[in-house]
Amino acid sequence: MWLVVTALAALVVTALWYANAPADRYKLGFLSLVYWGATLMWLVDRVLSYAEEGGPFLQVDADGTALGLSVLVLGLVIWLVRLLVPDPKGVLRAVRRK
Amino acid sequence: MACFLVPAGVAVVTTVVQKVAERKERKAGAQEQGELAASKRVAPTSQGVGATATAERGAQPAGKWVTRLRWLNTMLWGGVALLCLEHVWHGEVVPWPPFLTAMETPGQVGPMLHEMVTYGTTMTVVILAAWTLLVGIVELQARARRARETKAQATDRGA
Repeated sequence: MWLVVTALAALVVTALWYANAPADRYKLGFLSLVYWGATLMWLVDRVLSYAEEGGPFLQVDADGTALGLSVLVLGLVIWLVRLLVPDPKGVLRAVRRK
Repeated sequence: MACFLVPAGVAVVTTVVQKVAERKERKAGAQEQGELAASKRVAPTSQGVGATATAERGAQPAGKWVTRLRWLNTMLWGGVALLCLEHVWHGEVVPWPPFLTAMETPGQVGPMLHEMVTYGTTMTVVILAAWTLLVGIVELQARARRARETKAQATDRGA
């Protein structure tokens, strides 16, 4: 289930990035690449597991959904750190100057 | 079990490559600045030239290949970080040595290494293929744009 959740997040963030492109002030391109990287890795994992072991390709359960949401949160935390370190709007710099 | 360690290893290498490319670019930029200052016969005071070079470096966008390597590194490191969370969630990675639960039982080491070779390598290859495709599309678009601009310039000169 976390594969589906991450893939959906990657699609939404990519659409948001494209809507603002070529400007990327809020580094949505970075966030979309993070989610795409994880989506591709999990897709490989699922395809190889399915080929080796069989069974259902996607398992929809509460644990998988909770993991998917946790993955989204971790991606957002990484993105926030990447966004706030350069501080494109200068908000943190202004706070520090006060 | 520990498949994400293979893309993590590749990410370390590509990050080093990106840093080297950045350093080379910075050196080339500084050299260009020095030549520019010399040609303009500006007194090369260390503070003045250095400050200008730094300011312009900061304003300059990253070079073509540095930007492209950054895409690859973002995909690799991002994927590794999120996969690491998944492994922690499933109890395959723990915060105490030897960090990988498969390492605690000798019988699990072989399957773990097999998974790293098959799953980890395929993951890395797929990420590299996606990045190559992305760079290929961007490069083709850039070439088409350059060709259009050259054609437009030639038409303007002709008219």
